[in-house]
Amino acid sequence: MTTAVDDLACKEFIELVTEYLEGTMSASDRERVELHLAGCPFCTTYLEQMLQTIATLGSLPEAEVDPNTLDVLIDVFRQGR
Amino acid sequence: MALHFEFTFSRSMHSVRPDGEDQAFKRALEDRDEHAFVELVNRYQSSLLRLALVHCRSRAVAEEVVQETWLGVLRGIERFEGRSSLKTWLFRILVNRARTRAEIEGRTIPFSSLESEEPSVSSDRFLGPDHPEWPGHWSAPPRSWGASPESELLSKETLELVSRAIAALAPAQREVITLRDVDGWTSEEVCNVLGISETNQRVLLHRARAKVRAALESHFDPDLQ
Repeated sequence: MTTAVDDLACKEFIELVTEYLEGTMSASDRERVELHLAGCPFCTTYLEQMLQTIATLGSLPEAEVDPNTLDVLIDVFRQGR
Repeated sequence: MALHFEFTFSRSMHSVRPDGEDQAFKRALEDRDEHAFVELVNRYQSSLLRLALVHCRSRAVAEEVVQETWLGVLRGIERFEGRSSLKTWLFRILVNRARTRAEIEGRTIPFSSLESEEPSVSSDRFLGPDHPEWPGHWSAPPRSWGASPESELLSKETLELVSRAIAALAPAQREVITLRDVDGWTSEEVCNVLGISETNQRVLLHRARAKVRAALESHFDPDLQ
């Protein structure tokens, strides 16, 4: 019987991905994650998808502001504080 | 005062230290300088509205909350001491207003929601713990969404799907992912505005991102769900 080459399971990696991306991991945990990624194309794909997800989130259009809003707010401003 | 304001704002904002800029805004608002107010509204209105929409049932209520926020800014600017950034202070006022409103309406956001939740990816997609060789490794791994998915990821259809996925999240997760990934805030700013710990923030972000990724996967690779 063979055992896994590293001690991090894919199932564990996916729950560590945010901590990994946030850079808040200890150096030893980070090394463990990077070792796993080096040997696991599937988790590498998962990480890529997570980065694509974040990039897509950053591309969402701004909430549309009603063109009258500024006028209303300027009225509020002029009416005093 | 007015002169100083002219000087500060006629130049590139980038040449001004952030706290110096905050103080210039404070003085300008105290002097009732309308241009400074308009500048702040243009800068933050859209983000304020987006965050208010997380808490409010309708767009009309969200817009009211944002308006109350600006009123709060004008009333409270003398008391702004610069211990936090003006941006943090502004968004804290919004979050307080929005939460108060939600409480009145009988809807509150549970913030201690750190109890266990579903995994980021269904357990069905991993080999069981008693697998002889690869326990906990993928049995149905993710497949690349394509070599050049940029255009597809940014298509109107995909962006709408992502918006719907965010709307379906628990409000606390929605707040965090909106500020961090949609508006591009730092984790420190988010923790300050929402009054949550760094760990709590990271857990909420993790769960939110996992769900949005899953929504994209079910769109690009429906066989895998």
